[in-house]
Amino acid sequence: MSAILKARAVSMTIGSARLVDGVDLEISGGEMVAIVGPNGAGKSTLLRMLSGDLRPSRGSVELAQRDVGSYSPRELALRRAMLSQHVHVTFPFTVEEIVEMGTGGRSRAASRPLVEAALQEVGLERFRDRQLPTLSGGEQQRAHFARVLVQLASGEALHGPGMLLLDEPTSSLDLRHQIDLVESARRRAEGGTAVLAILHDLNLAMRFADRIVLLHRGRLAAIGDRRTTITSELIRELFEVDVAIRQTDDGVPYLLPQTMQPAPPGR
Amino acid sequence: MNVTAEAAARPARSLRPAAPLVIIGLLVVLVLAAAIALTVGAAGIPFARLPAALGLSADLSHPLAARDQLVLWSIRIPRIVAAAMVGGLLAASGAIMQGLFRNPLADPALVGVSSGGAFAAAAAIVFTDSRFGETVRFMQHELLPLAAFVGSLATTIILYSIASRGGRTSIAIFLLAGLAIAAIANAGIGLLVFVADDRQLRDITFWLLGSLSGATWPKAATLAPVLALAFVASLSIARGLDVLVLGEAEAFHSGIDVERLKRISIVLVSAMTGVAVSVCGVVGFVGIVVPHLLRLAIGPAHRLLLPASAILGAILMTGADTLSRTIVAPAEMPIGILTAAVGAPFFLAILLRQRGLTGL
Repeated sequence: MSAILKARAVSMTIGSARLVDGVDLEISGGEMVAIVGPNGAGKSTLLRMLSGDLRPSRGSVELAQRDVGSYSPRELALRRAMLSQHVHVTFPFTVEEIVEMGTGGRSRAASRPLVEAALQEVGLERFRDRQLPTLSGGEQQRAHFARVLVQLASGEALHGPGMLLLDEPTSSLDLRHQIDLVESARRRAEGGTAVLAILHDLNLAMRFADRIVLLHRGRLAAIGDRRTTITSELIRELFEVDVAIRQTDDGVPYLLPQTMQPAPPGR
Repeated sequence: MNVTAEAAARPARSLRPAAPLVIIGLLVVLVLAAAIALTVGAAGIPFARLPAALGLSADLSHPLAARDQLVLWSIRIPRIVAAAMVGGLLAASGAIMQGLFRNPLADPALVGVSSGGAFAAAAAIVFTDSRFGETVRFMQHELLPLAAFVGSLATTIILYSIASRGGRTSIAIFLLAGLAIAAIANAGIGLLVFVADDRQLRDITFWLLGSLSGATWPKAATLAPVLALAFVASLSIARGLDVLVLGEAEAFHSGIDVERLKRISIVLVSAMTGVAVSVCGVVGFVGIVVPHLLRLAIGPAHRLLLPASAILGAILMTGADTLSRTIVAPAEMPIGILTAAVGAPFFLAILLRQRGLTGL
């Protein structure tokens, strides 16, 4: 399948600081790619350049064979949906009103089924009339994810498979909702969408992504298959943590930090 | 308790009334407020004489009918029309500004946008008068709204560039910068007062307190096109302002042309505030109180919030002006004093609520 997103030698320099340095990346429809790396590795900056929000200082980003900067915001929103890391809502919009913002202003009747499906998928149907600022951080994050799913579906109805970009979508979610969210993203990939997600949980990345991109000090440290890309040597180099990598019975690798002392018994 | 059960235990939101009902209800109240405003004043005109005075009935038998007509058509109606339009402009521009800054405490008067307009208007009075004499003075009528608009626009742009960085707007910096800008503008007004002659001084003082006593048909006529423009433009930015609540980056991701939205909003707020200031001086708090009350009642979606704010602002301003010309009759209380007396405590109440939510 041809690549939906092509980034060539993308760099971002602010002052003398090089936040992202010559990253090449291609993502095709139908695959889910996880970006991992230590804090300050340039993950969010890279994602914002791929989404068209930031112009790279050097290099190019192509979305559906066109320079990402050549789209109008409205056209772009129909090609890719992106969920930012921290979204803070000041005014008392309801969950439903927030999710409807993903429809791009199309008629309420036409977008109704999309909104309903997304609310159901994130498990917030009963919260539709609640004001967003009164919900917990995790519930708010799920509402925003539902909004982004509606945007993705609206665009895909017009242009076919698009692109879903997620910046630490699981940061305030409990274990069950982390898995629910990543599975939702996984289902989109299986439907033909190109999914790119920044994940902090390496185990989630190794379980659900097709490929893993390791970013370190703005550069690609490694990129490849989810089973083989992460090694204990790389983790020691990037995160300065000793880990053991094991395998589950079904052959999925997982990672155990070794420098952490186990809790003493009786506590 | 798990997350879901905990959330379900919290109170549900109150039901919001349907949009057409809200608009119709507010319009009815506006008509009532205007009718009351017509009847009271230095020359009382009872309801019974109102139809004749308005020219709706041909019965001019009452001895005061001619005087009633004169009072209504040349003094009271232009003033009520101006009051309603000024109130509508101030409240709607407050709502737009709050949407733009994602901050319920934004108000053109509070953060110096009105002061910037008043300073430019005062400068126009002093400089056109002293430099060019009578030839330019006759143009003051056209010049003042324009000067006030330019002053408000400059203030809004400065404020935005200070308070907004990297797509985020700091509430604390926004309010503090507004305070500083208002102080600079007020110092400028003080300087103009210092150099002004007696006649200019009288004209400038009018801006400092805010009053509609100078409202005439031509002044009301300068408000109307801006109000019409604001109405049309607000329809096109309503959805953008809604989505902007997510932040600039997320609004862009959602397909909003954020730069265009910001430009339109800034020019609108400046034009609306500037022209209102040029007619009635600096009147604060209408822009905070009205949208805040409406958000509680009808929700924050701007498609309904903006027109509803305009109507409720018109109601409040008509009422406040009626009070201002009756409570100390035959003298007049400047309307800015009334709105501040009601609005400032209200502002403090919002601030206390916000303190808990944002850690301000």
